[in-house]
Amino acid sequence: MKNLKFILVGMCFGIILIKSEVISWFRIQEMFRLQSFHMYGIIGSAIVVAMIAIVLIKRFNIKTIHQEPIVIPDKKFNWGYVYGGLIFGLGWALTGACPGPLFAQIGSGILVTTVTLLSAIAGTWVYGLLREKLPH
Amino acid sequence: MDIIKQPWPWYVAGPLIGLIVPALLILGNKTFGISSTLRQICAACIPANISFFKYDWKKDAWNLFFIAGIVIGGLIAAHLLSDPGPVAINPKTTAALQQQGITDFSGLLPRDIFSFKGLTTLKGFVFMVIGGFLVGFGTRYAGGCTSGHAIMGISSLQWPSLVATCCFMIGGFVMTWLILPYLLQL
Repeated sequence: MKNLKFILVGMCFGIILIKSEVISWFRIQEMFRLQSFHMYGIIGSAIVVAMIAIVLIKRFNIKTIHQEPIVIPDKKFNWGYVYGGLIFGLGWALTGACPGPLFAQIGSGILVTTVTLLSAIAGTWVYGLLREKLPH
Repeated sequence: MDIIKQPWPWYVAGPLIGLIVPALLILGNKTFGISSTLRQICAACIPANISFFKYDWKKDAWNLFFIAGIVIGGLIAAHLLSDPGPVAINPKTTAALQQQGITDFSGLLPRDIFSFKGLTTLKGFVFMVIGGFLVGFGTRYAGGCTSGHAIMGISSLQWPSLVATCCFMIGGFVMTWLILPYLLQL
């Protein structure tokens, strides 16, 4: 039951992804061809709003609903961010979807995306298999 | 209702997505990120004794509920809150894609490429299977995707996330400008 609230937040996210057309392959093409501000506006304004929210959370020492202090773990740089980032970018422009939109596309009835999703799971699995041999 | 049924502009959708970040933090100290769920699915279903998948995935099970919510949200939005119609993209993008061989602009994805029938073609295989593989492999290698790095990471002022996001964009530009024209000819 405690996870019900995360289903609700996920539902909101899914609805926004569909209604803003972020899940459209064509919108992603427009972005990478620099022919529309739409995607840049969405990602940019999401970052600004989230940043303001995090500043407010820290400034007023806002706690979770369970009265725990809010902690955001630091990300430690490794070169995987660069290599993996480039690889993901190639895939993003091909599939027109990052992981969130994959799930939203399936929900919206584009069932062929399950193939893309299964392949993405396979990609993650192969990364796990090869992780110790890859440069980081 | 008409306003909801139309596509939402960026200045509505972007801030709403931004609010997911504090919502998850306040509801339980969760950091926004989707691609980690792919690792969760691997750990739950096919761990195969790989050390990267041997961890207590149930502890982070919240994000599996989160993605289930995304699927339900997609269903609701597509069936109850949408007027079906082609995505109104820049005519220049349409023209460029037409020149490169895309003919069907009616859906969210070009049906020329993305269909079950297309899976048996080389083009469909490259876009769906190889593309999906690169997304899953790359995001985990990079430790996050658009949500975890670009939105969560940058908004909490983590410079490694900015580096990762720049690399996402570089990879996307290289694919779109240098490789895609050839792949669309397959």
